[in-house]
Amino acid sequence: MSEEILRVQGISKSFAGVQALNHVDLTINRGEIACLVGENGSGKSTFIKIICGVYTPDEGEIFLNGRRYKQLRPIDSIHEGVQVIFQDFSLFPNLTVAENIALNQQVAQGRRFVNWREVNAIARQALERINVSIPLDVTVSELSVANKQLVAISRAMLQNARLIIMDEPTTALTHREVEALYKVVRGLQAQGISVLFVSHKLNEVQALAERVIIFRNGMKVIDTPAQEMTQEKIAYYMTGHDIAESRYEYQAKDAPIALEVSNLSRKGAFSDVSFRLRAGEIVGVTGLLGSGRTELALALFGAQPAESGTISLGGQTVSIRSIQDAVRHGIGYVPEDRLTEGLFLEQSIANNIVVRIMKSFAGRGGLIDSVRKAAEASNWVQHLSIKTRNPQLPVKSLSGGNQQRVVIAKWLASLPRVLILNGPTVGVDVGSKEEIHTIIKELAQQGLAILVISDDIPELFQICNRILLMQRGRLVNEFETQAIDEATLADHLLETVNQGQ
Amino acid sequence: MPSIRNLLMRQEVIIGLTIVALSIFIGLVNPSFFSTANVFRILRATIIVGMFAMGVLIVLISGGIDVSFPAIAVFAMYVTVSLIRSGTLPDNLILSYILAALIGLGLGLFNAIFIAWLRLPTLIVTLGTLSLFRGVLLFFVGSQRIRIAEVSPSLTELSRANLLTVENPGGGVANLHLAFAFLIVLAVIVWLLLRYTMLGRSIYAIGGDREAAERVGFNIRRTQFFIYAFVGLLAGITGLTFSALSREADPFSIVGIELDVIAAVVLGGASITGGRGTVIGTLLGVLLITLMSSSLVLLGISSDWQRFVVGLLIIIGTTIPVLQARLRRRVAA
Repeated sequence: MSEEILRVQGISKSFAGVQALNHVDLTINRGEIACLVGENGSGKSTFIKIICGVYTPDEGEIFLNGRRYKQLRPIDSIHEGVQVIFQDFSLFPNLTVAENIALNQQVAQGRRFVNWREVNAIARQALERINVSIPLDVTVSELSVANKQLVAISRAMLQNARLIIMDEPTTALTHREVEALYKVVRGLQAQGISVLFVSHKLNEVQALAERVIIFRNGMKVIDTPAQEMTQEKIAYYMTGHDIAESRYEYQAKDAPIALEVSNLSRKGAFSDVSFRLRAGEIVGVTGLLGSGRTELALALFGAQPAESGTISLGGQTVSIRSIQDAVRHGIGYVPEDRLTEGLFLEQSIANNIVVRIMKSFAGRGGLIDSVRKAAEASNWVQHLSIKTRNPQLPVKSLSGGNQQRVVIAKWLASLPRVLILNGPTVGVDVGSKEEIHTIIKELAQQGLAILVISDDIPELFQICNRILLMQRGRLVNEFETQAIDEATLADHLLETVNQGQ
Repeated sequence: MPSIRNLLMRQEVIIGLTIVALSIFIGLVNPSFFSTANVFRILRATIIVGMFAMGVLIVLISGGIDVSFPAIAVFAMYVTVSLIRSGTLPDNLILSYILAALIGLGLGLFNAIFIAWLRLPTLIVTLGTLSLFRGVLLFFVGSQRIRIAEVSPSLTELSRANLLTVENPGGGVANLHLAFAFLIVLAVIVWLLLRYTMLGRSIYAIGGDREAAERVGFNIRRTQFFIYAFVGLLAGITGLTFSALSREADPFSIVGIELDVIAAVVLGGASITGGRGTVIGTLLGVLLITLMSSSLVLLGISSDWQRFVVGLLIIIGTTIPVLQARLRRRVAA
């Protein structure tokens, strides 16, 4: 019979009329690794804050180690062994590793003086318990993110942790660091400590968790052993609908050529690259890291211009030596992350849309023609069906999907004929990813030619009608997405690696 | 064993080397620089800036700033001396110091109420009280200079007391003022406080990450009350010491010193954004600033250049840690 560390029953919480959590029941057993999954705004954070006593639920009961709490205070939660490792870790950048680990305990014991030998001994033992070694006298600001996290974990262990909650712990870690973290988490489990992993990365859920709990709109929608879940099922429960697997169907095969590249080369980056992009096409460019895919995009955008070869836009050969050239000829480039970042949240929707072309509204004396500006903005609001009562409202009043439309409108406002997207959905949760894909497809249907640089093969299959494969700076293969499947493309990708070795 | 590279990463080492290099240079140009009398003169000149700097160090580590301490100092000093003159306060050195310290403490608590309790920005609050305290002093208490020798035998005695007296080889004696001991004792107290008490560690913690400090369970309000009260108390004591050293109580004095003091502390490696700073570094910073402003004359450089050089030092001093951090990142990468 397993021992319950945490049980919540019928927990609800609302903020200003918005129901953040709605009658949630949940149990965590001793030594269990559970994964809590949900999109932004699904109630995950509210739930964590209730467990550590920061928020008081409107209704429901919390049991910790079998004791019932009506009003859980942060100090009760700590005494019951609940430790939350927040994304910012709550460490002191200016203090040493040793002091960061030992400080909580020293304060909790009501110490007045510091015994440095004891501080070091405590820290050494704590790090040994999770089986990692980090120099004790280094200032935390000099540690890598992964090591900071380990310091935070060993600090949590010192508080007699029985349940460690980690909020999006892998966001800033490299692949190898993630593996190391898994090892630490499994080590915790071996010591009888329960871990609640909060994440929206589907592969992590499957690699680590024994149990998967999914929240949607403040409700627990499923709670099941991990082996019964598949990526598709998780995505379904997170978003509440099947993520469309439909591929992009490109209709007008004889549309005019928007971009033609021939024999483009840049030393040390790519060589002899030729391809065509028709209006309305979405073409993916993929390849492993170092294959030259990003460098090719940067050359087309003039950031790192090509050294030889030609680029034609709409049948006209153009010279692209700088970013200004590219913009003038109608090439738009959206770097990684920019579809989710880069908004001025407090500013109006209208201002965010026109921020890149603000100069063009300057009339005599440099004053902004606000009538023309507003017209331009509402034009884009309509065009991209951004759902708002008034474009003068701040961007933060919009839902996530509509915010992404604003970002795209911002990039489209400078009227590109060819849009290059580099890793458009890196680090984005499933629902928003689908939203972005929908927008990209809509744009192509309206006649924009789109080049997507990505190493996310499922994504390429979902949005592209054609995929170009690069390897060591060369374009080695080209596929119609309709004609092959993901496994075949993955094989080709691996094949090129093997040939390369 | 720390490598030379790591040593050069420490602000204290860089400042220390600068002081040595500068001393050798000045000594070569003008050998009288190394005379006992001149060394004592320079050390005497560090007393007031150094005592103030200990308070400013604590404030800066906590992530705040205090510019009102000179006003507190002059207020405490002038009120105390005035009370001795009017006969309200008996002319007793211990009592005078206690009164000055209490006045300083009271004014420091006034700052603390706004900063710790109402959570107002420290610079704005202390800029306000700097003017406020000085205005009250000049308007309600007085604006006449008082000569210490005419009102207080005990303070006059202090002004002549020496810690060390050394006979000059060329005849005459060189004296190191007793108040230099005040600075040393104070530095030791602050060092112990910062390094070995949880209160001291809470000051570093607040300066490093206020929210994290709160989560750990430090009582931030209490720590901030302590900080600004301590700075006030220290300012009161320093103010009275200033009157003994300068042998007069001038209500227009002291205010204006704050920039030199803050510059010395920052030069000594304290971060203006909080979390970093040491007593040793601060003492070296004070020594460097004093050396600059009191020895340029020995080099035959006009005193008009002093402000220029102090300004230059501040800029260089704040650039060094930034360059160090950048270098460290490159080494790490």
